[in-house]
Amino acid sequence: MIFLPPRWNIKRGLNGDFVFKGMTVLFAFSILGILLLMTVAMYRQSLPSLAKTGWSFITAKEWDPVEGNFGALPYIHGSLLSSLLSLALATPLSIATALFITEVTNRRLGSMIAALVELLAAIPSVIYGLWGILVMAPWLQRTVEPFLNDHFGSLPFFSGAPYGVSMLAAVLILMIMIVPIITSITKEVLLAVPDSQREAAIALGATRWEMIRMAVLPYGRSGILGAVILGLGRAIGETMAVTMVIGNTPKISWSLLDPGYTMPSVIANEFAEASSDLHAAALMEIGLILLVITLVINIMARLLLWSVTRTAGGKA
Amino acid sequence: MMTAILRRKMTNGLMMLAMLAATVTVLVPLGLIFFYILKMGFSSINLDLFTQIPKPPGEVGGGMANGIIGSGLLIGVASLIGLPLGIFGAVYLSEYGTSRISTMIRFSADVLSGVPSIITGMVVYGLVVVPMKGFSALAGSLALALIMIPIVLRTTEEQLKMVPMTLREASLALGVPLWRTTLKVTLKSALKGIVTGVLLAVARVAGETAPLLFTALGNMFWSHKLNEPIAALPLQIFNFAISPYDDWHRLAWGGALVLVTLMFSLSLLARWFGRAR
Repeated sequence: MIFLPPRWNIKRGLNGDFVFKGMTVLFAFSILGILLLMTVAMYRQSLPSLAKTGWSFITAKEWDPVEGNFGALPYIHGSLLSSLLSLALATPLSIATALFITEVTNRRLGSMIAALVELLAAIPSVIYGLWGILVMAPWLQRTVEPFLNDHFGSLPFFSGAPYGVSMLAAVLILMIMIVPIITSITKEVLLAVPDSQREAAIALGATRWEMIRMAVLPYGRSGILGAVILGLGRAIGETMAVTMVIGNTPKISWSLLDPGYTMPSVIANEFAEASSDLHAAALMEIGLILLVITLVINIMARLLLWSVTRTAGGKA
Repeated sequence: MMTAILRRKMTNGLMMLAMLAATVTVLVPLGLIFFYILKMGFSSINLDLFTQIPKPPGEVGGGMANGIIGSGLLIGVASLIGLPLGIFGAVYLSEYGTSRISTMIRFSADVLSGVPSIITGMVVYGLVVVPMKGFSALAGSLALALIMIPIVLRTTEEQLKMVPMTLREASLALGVPLWRTTLKVTLKSALKGIVTGVLLAVARVAGETAPLLFTALGNMFWSHKLNEPIAALPLQIFNFAISPYDDWHRLAWGGALVLVTLMFSLSLLARWFGRAR
């Protein structure tokens, strides 16, 4: 065959390189397109509700699709309460577990625990929900909630009848679900801490814990913060498991024993059967609020993670 | 002097214990969930689960065969849409893109993978279900594809970056055009890693429920049409779990066992592909 230099090809109208590159450009930029399209689509479809209720949407407590009153406060309250509480429980557990994997135990046991944690992260949300509603909630109702009510019932957080399906159940299931995420990203961050830092601390006579406190944690601080914020993003957007165990009652209560409601849950329960166009638009607006919150959270988390280690951001 | 050292050592010991305790606490729910899935799952699994469609509420028996088939179809179509986009998008990032644009796209992909999946469902509802005037399998697949794309893009790019530059240069020096080099040399050398990423992405969307709620919707019958609602295994588990019927709870546990087995085999397969290089 006669060898043709590449230049010869280029002069013909349609050449492979041009077409192939064009295709990859199109596909790569579609990622930006999708993100933009999502935001615009959510905004446009919530316009009827935005126009009707304005800012009072997020401060009004009344949610009554029949009367046409749409106030999102009970859902925002439920989402913030459940995700922040679960984050407060999950953060120390996750960081301690990640430290145990990377700093305390040997490599073999460490990677075994890490694999188990990854397994926990791979279980679908609906299966956590199934376990939550059929096993955990009845157990809470029988033992934990009566105990809390008997001993701490004077506190507003533990007052009320034990239903099982409750804010407490949501907080616990969310905690179980976000621990693996925070743990595995924190582990990546800790692995990116240079050994010279550890060796320096040990050489100065530090104990293992002092090494962690003075050398490892300060070095990984922003990355760990990124991991925690990413966990918050996951908790706030978590839908199925929470919907199954929280009780779905749009009431603002500070008691963990009372049922509650979250933003993703109300969307999951009501959207497919929205009673009016305004009802659907109001649910879209809740979705829009949720999208904006998670976008902000994710951008913050990724910036923090990327500043520490590219791989930690990549594997998340 | 002695007491200071003793105190430091005690603090150290306590902290080590605390970390051990935290690790055990994290692993206990995993053990419990597995125990229940295995115990309840195995006692409720039978041939009907794989061959029958669900019975009306309250009647004993029936299965989730339509959900299993439906999930397969949804994942298949989602892969047809999502895989080319993710893989060739990654080719742009690693082979063509300038570093600034690539960083921007990479960042968007990471942010996109953090968007709650129920939002993806709502967006697809607005863009596909409303114009098509009905819930459909196609809409469900599209929602799943949107979730797959960022995962496939990021894992594929990592793999392409690991292909040595000399391989590409050797091929180019032989006069092979860049696009053929990319297809026949770069992508081919990274194939095993890409397959690993694809399997993990498939495992991830196989369990997704929220984006299917208002796209595929689910139904109680056999259906294979792309323009009609379709049943999916995770949707059925959800609906059966929140129902008040014991026999539907039984089916939900059986379905959960099937789903978890499927996902773990996928990730084992992915690990095996990842190793065998």
